[in-house]
Amino acid sequence: MKKLGEDVVLDVRNLRKYFPVYEKGILFSKQAGSIHACDDVSLTVKRGETLGLVGESGSGKTTLSKVILYLVPPTSGEVYFEGKDVVRVFNSKNKKEILDLRRKMQYVFQDPYSSLNPRMTVSDIIMEPFQIHGHVPKEKWSARMYELLRLVGLEDYHAERYPHEFSGGQRQRICIARALAVNPEFLIADEPVSSLDVSIRAQILNLLGDLQHKFNLTYIYISHDLSTVRHICDRVAVMYLGRIVELTDVDKIFESPRHPYTKALMSAVPSGEPGKKSDRVILPGEVPSPINPPPYCRFYPRCLYHIPICKKEDPKLEKIGKDHFVACFRAREKLE
Amino acid sequence: MELPEALLKIENLRTYFDTWAGLVKAVDGVNLDVRRGETLGLVGESGSGKTVTTLSVLRIVPRPGKIVDGRILFEGEDLLSKSEEEMQKIRGAKIAIIFQDPSTSLNPVFSIKTQLMEVIQRHQKLSKKDAEEKAMHLLDIVGIPDSKLRINEYPHQFSGGMKQRVAIARALSCEPTLLFADEPTTNLDVTIQAQILNLIRDLKSKFDMSMVLVTHNMGIVAEMADRVTVMYAGRVCETSVVDDMFAHATHPYTVALMNAIPKIATAKQELQVIPGNIPNLIEPPSGCRFHPRCKYAKPICKKVVPELVEVEKGHLTACLRWEEIQADLRKEREKAGRRRSS
Repeated sequence: MKKLGEDVVLDVRNLRKYFPVYEKGILFSKQAGSIHACDDVSLTVKRGETLGLVGESGSGKTTLSKVILYLVPPTSGEVYFEGKDVVRVFNSKNKKEILDLRRKMQYVFQDPYSSLNPRMTVSDIIMEPFQIHGHVPKEKWSARMYELLRLVGLEDYHAERYPHEFSGGQRQRICIARALAVNPEFLIADEPVSSLDVSIRAQILNLLGDLQHKFNLTYIYISHDLSTVRHICDRVAVMYLGRIVELTDVDKIFESPRHPYTKALMSAVPSGEPGKKSDRVILPGEVPSPINPPPYCRFYPRCLYHIPICKKEDPKLEKIGKDHFVACFRAREKLE
Repeated sequence: MELPEALLKIENLRTYFDTWAGLVKAVDGVNLDVRRGETLGLVGESGSGKTVTTLSVLRIVPRPGKIVDGRILFEGEDLLSKSEEEMQKIRGAKIAIIFQDPSTSLNPVFSIKTQLMEVIQRHQKLSKKDAEEKAMHLLDIVGIPDSKLRINEYPHQFSGGMKQRVAIARALSCEPTLLFADEPTTNLDVTIQAQILNLIRDLKSKFDMSMVLVTHNMGIVAEMADRVTVMYAGRVCETSVVDDMFAHATHPYTVALMNAIPKIATAKQELQVIPGNIPNLIEPPSGCRFHPRCKYAKPICKKVVPELVEVEKGHLTACLRWEEIQADLRKEREKAGRRRSS
């Protein structure tokens, strides 16, 4: 077990991101409401740890991560990275400070097929960050580029090839090399293995683990594949419809989940062992639309344990144990 | 246990695609059978030939694909010797398929009603009114609420999970004896996946069908299937009862595949990796196709193409050295057991 520092790298407070939805009028279109992609999210990430962000599609995982990196500006709320107010830095238009932040926080995108420019060679792709950030002297560019290639398990002769000549797993390695080119401290990996084959998945997951060890990186790992989450994360935040509903250690999430949604999510994952077939919680219905969500608990319509208060008030994320936060009125009860 | 007879028997099936880059041997000598009433899990990574095998059975391999050799016996008759007209009577009526992506397998310009009634009226002599009633009944069975209203809607008005339910309703409309489900839940969310898998399982017993479940997810196989066939690079490498496969797989590829999957029940540990990539099927590796990535490979694996041999009753493996490997694996397990106890 690796040792986690106590020092908080990322501190997200009451972050909101709403996307407006328009309705066509006769002359002008008017705003009909907004998609609450990310609603009042607070979390912290410590140095050297991997925080898993889990949820179904449309739960706001990707939006949250993009807002953290200011790839999308937030509607309200604060993000602090190493004590710096990210929103303020980007609004200040101070180019040096912005680049400095960008250099420390990097992103590995979900789809390695669409996140590499097909008209650039691998060496161009990996050296572009050097050009932008200027942190590597020009005479060392190619040496550093080869170093990065080898680091992610590619060969020197791959440098002059184009992305289409690579398989999915190799492309994901290129994306990781590009993200590492600026010596980041913090990496968001958005479903880095979901488009890869099983045997290749293990290679990439191990690579991410090795790199974290080597450079003391901090990760946010986004996924809907819970088995990989168990494998690489230290803590897990479960999202549902733009909200974090449960946040705790990875073992607790899997062994004693408290939120009814987390329970259902965990039991929905095929165990991978024949014979274990019965004790599954099947949720009725589907994730409701995030456009103008109701003012009460968002999980209420699908919840198997709801009580009258669930339809009146919105549960806040509360501490129910050591490092265990749950947003449910019945989190302290034993639900069967 | 007496094993029931085979409903579908595929013998030495070869389906090649003649592309400009060369002849792609997508399926190259596949042998498998599906018995009456069972669920067969067909497992493999992308490009292993799972889907092409499925399409070959229905004889809907897209061009330039061609079935060049083999026999496909369904209820004792060779499907490859049937005329196109005869095939049309089988497709949808006796053998049905649920495709991977429900948003592309339904036609966006026709209502759900039209699409369901098309299948029903094609294969059954029913009046328009009866067919409509049957379509509505099917939607009820697959769990679509307000079937009376929703039957007139179009695919874009349904969510992914609901579309897959419609696709299932369409596949079941003529009560087929054999159902192919080609990655039926890959594009769906986990909680919806659980719903759909439960639905498929219930309907399978209700309609008394045999099913071939094509997937790359071992977890789903463990839950749903009775037997498993593992494919690699266009060939079958192992077939057995599901419990056997998970307890003691014999083919090195199956063993490696099992070890490469993160288990939800166990905490962090280094995943075992299968080195390298899936081979190019234009010029597949000689001999055993897995040998370049196999840690047990010996020079002989490069020369001889392994045939399926029986390990024990109902458990077939295509590996030349399975006996030695099995002994090795047993030793490893014992060593691990001793380490744990000390």
